[in-house]
Formats: sequence, C-alpha cells, structure tokens
Amino acid sequence: MREYLLGNAAIARGLLEAGVGLVAGYPGTPSSEIIETLVDLKGDMPLHVEWSVNEKVALEVAAGGSWTGVRAAATMKHVGLNVAADPFMTLAYLGVGAGLVLISADDPYCHSSQNEQDSRRYAQFASIPCLDPADPQEARDMAAFGFDLSERFNIPVMLRPTTRVSHARADVQFGEPQPPCESPRFIKNPARRVALPVHARPLHTELVEKQSAIEQALQGTRWNRLTLRAEDGIIASGIAGLYAEEAVLDLDLDVSLLRIGTYPLPSSLIERMLRHVKRVLVVEELEPVVEEQVERLARKVNPGVEILGKGGLILREGELDLLQVRNAVARMRGLEEKQPLRIPAADKILPPRPPALCPGCSHRATYYAMRKVFGKKAVYPSDIGCYTMAVGMGTVDTCLCMGASITLASGIRFGGEPEDICCSLGDSTFLHGGMTGLLNAAYNKARITVTILDNSTTAMTGHQPHPGTGVTATGEPTIKVSLEALASALGAGLVETVDPNDLERTIECFQKAKEFPGLSVVIARQPCVIKARRSGSSRRSFTVSDDCQGCRICVDYGCPAIEFEGNKARINALCTGCGVCAKICPSSAISEVVR
Amino acid sequence: MRTSECDIVIVGVGGQGVILISDVIGRAAVKAGKSVRGAETHGMAQRGGSVINHTRIGCRFSPMVAAGGADVLLALEPAEALRFAHFLSSDGVALVNTSPVLPVTVTTGIAAYPSLEEILAALRDVCRMAMPIDATALAKRAGTAQAMNVVMLGALSRYIPLPEGLLLDALAEVVLSKYLEANRRAFALGKAEVE
Repeated sequence: MREYLLGNAAIARGLLEAGVGLVAGYPGTPSSEIIETLVDLKGDMPLHVEWSVNEKVALEVAAGGSWTGVRAAATMKHVGLNVAADPFMTLAYLGVGAGLVLISADDPYCHSSQNEQDSRRYAQFASIPCLDPADPQEARDMAAFGFDLSERFNIPVMLRPTTRVSHARADVQFGEPQPPCESPRFIKNPARRVALPVHARPLHTELVEKQSAIEQALQGTRWNRLTLRAEDGIIASGIAGLYAEEAVLDLDLDVSLLRIGTYPLPSSLIERMLRHVKRVLVVEELEPVVEEQVERLARKVNPGVEILGKGGLILREGELDLLQVRNAVARMRGLEEKQPLRIPAADKILPPRPPALCPGCSHRATYYAMRKVFGKKAVYPSDIGCYTMAVGMGTVDTCLCMGASITLASGIRFGGEPEDICCSLGDSTFLHGGMTGLLNAAYNKARITVTILDNSTTAMTGHQPHPGTGVTATGEPTIKVSLEALASALGAGLVETVDPNDLERTIECFQKAKEFPGLSVVIARQPCVIKARRSGSSRRSFTVSDDCQGCRICVDYGCPAIEFEGNKARINALCTGCGVCAKICPSSAISEVVR
Repeated sequence: MRTSECDIVIVGVGGQGVILISDVIGRAAVKAGKSVRGAETHGMAQRGGSVINHTRIGCRFSPMVAAGGADVLLALEPAEALRFAHFLSSDGVALVNTSPVLPVTVTTGIAAYPSLEEILAALRDVCRMAMPIDATALAKRAGTAQAMNVVMLGALSRYIPLPEGLLLDALAEVVLSKYLEANRRAFALGKAEVE
C-alpha cells in the first residue's frame, strides 16, 4: 500500500508491521501522533497501547514487555528522555527480551519545546544504537528494522525523528500489520535482569565490546550511502542529507556525498570519503556528533583534509533548511549565495499574531483571580502546558520542565523569598512530574500555594487522556484518580476546589490559600473549552450594552472574543459563554444574550 | 535544476483548515503516481497563531519549500499571505482569501490591521500575480462557510499539476459524506473564480 502519511503515522505503521505487542508513551510534540495512530489502527489485535503517567514509566513498562517476550516500544519527545534517562542508561547494560525500540522525537528550533537538545548525544552516552530518519518512509522502515537490530544485539534501539520528519507528510509504502508474539513469558535470569554491581560490571564490558559489531551491521544498510565524485565532499546525517542532496542538484555540482542514517557512525564509509577528498563539509542539525567523529577519523586517515561545518557554515542551534545548506555548499565552492527575500512592507504593516490562550479558556480566569489576590509582588512559578502562554498576565514567572513549578516554588521559599509564592501547573503535568514535588514541599514544610489548573485533559499536545480522566488511551473506562485525595495524601494542609468561571468563589479560595500558614492546594477545575466544544455542550453568549464606558478592563483581560472598536468593547462570535468578562466589567455593561 | 515539480505554501490561522488542503493534494498526488512531500504546524503554534504548511508535488527531497521557491502561495487569510510572502518565487502566484481574521493584537487595539490593497500591493512587488478571492462569501454560497478552505483549493487546482478528478476523489475521502456536495460546489466556485 502507498499513502500520503504523516511521519508519526508512518512510524506507527512500521511498529505494527514488526508485530509490536506493547507501546507506551507520554504525549509530547512532535511525538504524540504515534500512539494516537496505533489506537486508530490496532482494531482487534492483542496489542497493549497506553498513555503512561510519564516517560520514565513508559520506558520501564516497555522494557517489562520486552523482557516478557513481546516486541515493545516507548514514545516520547526529546525532553521526555531526560525523565526516562534513569532506566534508559541501565537498559543498555541489561538488554532486551524481544526487541525494544525507544522513539525520542527531537525538536530543532523549539517549535513546541523548552529546549532543542539532541537525542543522538543520549544514544552515544548510553552506547545505544540510534537510527536517524530523513523522511517518513525511512522512519517507517527504521521503526520496523529497529526490532531486528535490537534482538540481534540484545540492546534497546533509539529511533530519533525530528519535527520535520514526525510532522512531515510523504507518500509512504507500507504493508500489513503483523500480530504480536503469542506465548509471552518472563524468563528469570538474574545475571541479565538484576543490575547488581557484580552483574553490571561484566555487562558493561559486553556493551562496550558489541559496539563495533553493531557498527559493522549498520554500515551496509541503505540509510548510509556514499557517492564518490569530485575532491570536495559533503557528509550529511538524517534530514540534513535531503537538504544536501537537493542543494547539490540545485547548484548542479560535482561533489562527493555521504548520507548517514545510523549510529554508531559508519567509520569505514567516512574513512573512504576522507581518503578521497581534499575538503569536506559536515551538515547535521544541532550537535556536531558526526563532525567530531569525522575529525577523529581524519587524524588517522587524512590529516590534511579541510573540515568545514559547525562554527562557520552550519549553525549548531535552530533547524536547517534547504536555503541554509545550499548557501553553505555555495560558500564552500566560492559560488554566490542566495539571500532570503526581505519584504520591508511586511515588517512595517503586519500586526503580530502570537499564539494565545483560547477564547473562554479557564486558565485565564484562574490567573486573573490569582493575580487579583496575590498581587504584583508575589512570585509565580509556572510549568509546561497551554498556560505557559499566559506569560503576559504576570502569573508565569518561571517555566523549566515538567513539574518544576512546585519544586522551584519550594526552593524560592527556602532560599529566603519573603513574598507570597503561588505556583501553577496543569492536571496532566501534576500527575506526570508534580506529585513528588508536592510531597517534598509538604515533607520539608514549604509555605507555598500550589494551583492545579485542571482542564481534565492533556490539552497542549492534542487532548490525550490521563489517570484523572477516567479513560485509557484506547478509550476504555478506568479509575479516575481524585486530585483532591492525592493532594491531601501527599501532605497538603489545605485543599480547595473551585470552578474558575465562578470568579467570586475563586477569589475567595485564593484568599484562603494565601492566608493558610502552610502548604495549600487550589484545584481550579473547568473542562478545556476545545474539548467542551467538540463534545457539543451548549454555549451561552454574551453582549455589551451601551453602558460600556470604554475602560478596557475586559479588553485587557485578553480574551480573543472581546474586541475594542470605536472606544467601546464588543463581543465577537468566538465567545464561548464563560461569562467571566461580565463579572469583571465595572459598569455591568456585559450580559448574557437571552434566546 | 528543478528539484520539485510544483512547490506550494499554504498559510492561514489555526482552525481554518490548512492541513485539509495539503491532505487532499497529497492523496491526489499519490493517486497520480507522483511523489509528494509536506510539512505541517502542530503543537503550541496552533493556538490562535499563524499556521504554515509546505506541500511539494513531484518531489522526493525535504518537506519544506525553500524561501523564494514557492510556485503558489495559497493564503486563507490576507495578513498571513504577506507574513509568508518571502516564500514566493518571483514567478510565483499568490491566491489570497480576502476575509481577515483579526489577531488579538488588533482586536485589543494594540496594533492596526492593514488594508487589503496594501497587502496586495506588497505581494505584487514580489511575485508575478496576486489574486484576491472572496472565498468566505463563495463558501457561504456553496452552502457552508466552513468550506472556505475548499473554495481556495478549487482556485489552487488551476495552478497545480494534478487532474481535477483526482483532487475531487481525494476530497471525497476526507470530507464527511453529508457535507460532500456543498464541498464540491465550493471547489467549483473557487475554480471558476480564477478562470
């Protein structure tokens, strides 16, 4: 079959064709659609697909599946691998049962991330092989191949797509899903499954020793392609290989080209290139992983070769594109570079269109009430989610990593900050990485207020369910964990729940939390407006009367449904009927439209 | 040497249906036996922000159109046309829906929205032709304002190397059957607009 597939859907196809039996992941752009596609495609197949509580959990669940004899995969975004780093590093020693593929989707340029770390470094760090696809077809092929490689060398394998692979579409050739292994059993083998020092030492030796065999096995795969032509060469990895190939055609040049898709790097191909050329340009996104190896090998086989790359022609930060790579190649050859078109009118007359909280989003109401109670001087650590976009409301003072709002708040308190501290994080983020921080805050007696912005979904990444929603990834009913009971059990002294659209009560709750002489938790609960709209819940609508004094208080509230025209406020068709603006209008000029 | 048969950049605002257009083109290209590449905006940028999609017909390279390389810029929103005009080739064509979606910076009075004439004039400085299309009105005439994106797809169909029949087959795969007739009318109205 051949279809126009999203990269992540192609990866899901590859997993299914390899007969995967267990897939676990935590949502994160650009990785989320892998599991969503599997849920859509799995049908009656005996395949366990789950949204895990976080990435560490996902990788461990996948490892358990692998050790029980079913092919297993874990999916996450690059920063999720930081959370999963603990099992990741030691799994390299312990190895697999059936094949284990870890998918870590990188995000050069931080399209939707807090950093642009390079997962290839992690693979290198753990001595785990890494497959670096250039496009959705390669991503599908590598996802399936990863299991064979994993089983052959008894080691987990990393698949590392980037945003421009995961969220690219292409015509992709794929086949039929295969059923998972039918008679799985956990086989006891303490020497390989119990990482005691006495076991770990020989396993480390084994890990080091198998590296060259893995390199040999990967070298000849179709993802490493060497074309020797003129004495100028290009070595390019992953999607950079596509940019390089296109740039060479565009410039109509006769240059040697080595495209790379596997790690440990194919040293003998690199050596052949280095022996052939006088000058070589290394093109790769983010870290100079290939370039460092090229430099090392050049010292051995051709010390005189000129190596170009990072620190000049190719940026170490951000994502590459055809124009940048074309210009780097042109500069190497002394050809004219193409300047990107500047359109002065665009800079001059275009209004900015930054991403913003949705019309009627309850996070806006929560933050409005929070700010009203805690004021300008209070410190507001925040977290990872839609609500980070409220940075302009004055209630997002920090954003570091999943769950860090609570722990940063604790540290800011213990560091001696005298003002009130009110932190905030979403429900999914709290369950992912906030619970340990809340327990720590309670145990170590942090006097802070923790606000859980509970919209009952993982909104930012596309509304995936979590343990607080009562359904699993596949839509089956399950436990619905109580955030109130969790917060109390973890040691919060005061736990209050409120509907943020009820502004007066929300203000009262924050007031109570502010005055509480210990650790307080406010749960601001209102379903995500996007989800509510999709589920077809009825919407009220509001209008502004002639009593409007043009004070702009409602406009400054920042809801996209409120416009300002001719010195008066106006409510447009985006209104979801939350009614918060009517409560903050000092002239009582906003009221519900009675139908 | 040309590395793609036709490079298209489709822009708009989150929720306008940019991805559907690319999906229809991609499916039609596969039916036509052509290789095709696309790149989408997901995640944080979608929330009320600008959305850009790259679609390359008859291309086996990267999914992104190079700046200065687009044969067609299809804009579902006029300001977004200008925001991404640097992707247009000097021989390129811009097809622009005339109906603005005001960003919060404008509705709250922080910034001003330029006139359609200013936008079109700036576009005409950088490409061969900039054509305004009142796609929102045409979609309403077709029976559903939601089909504005399909009106624009109909207009685009005149400029891309894919048979209309395959585009309509692909459209039938992605639109709910109860809306299909209205969408077919929308496609035809968009196409007629550029004839």
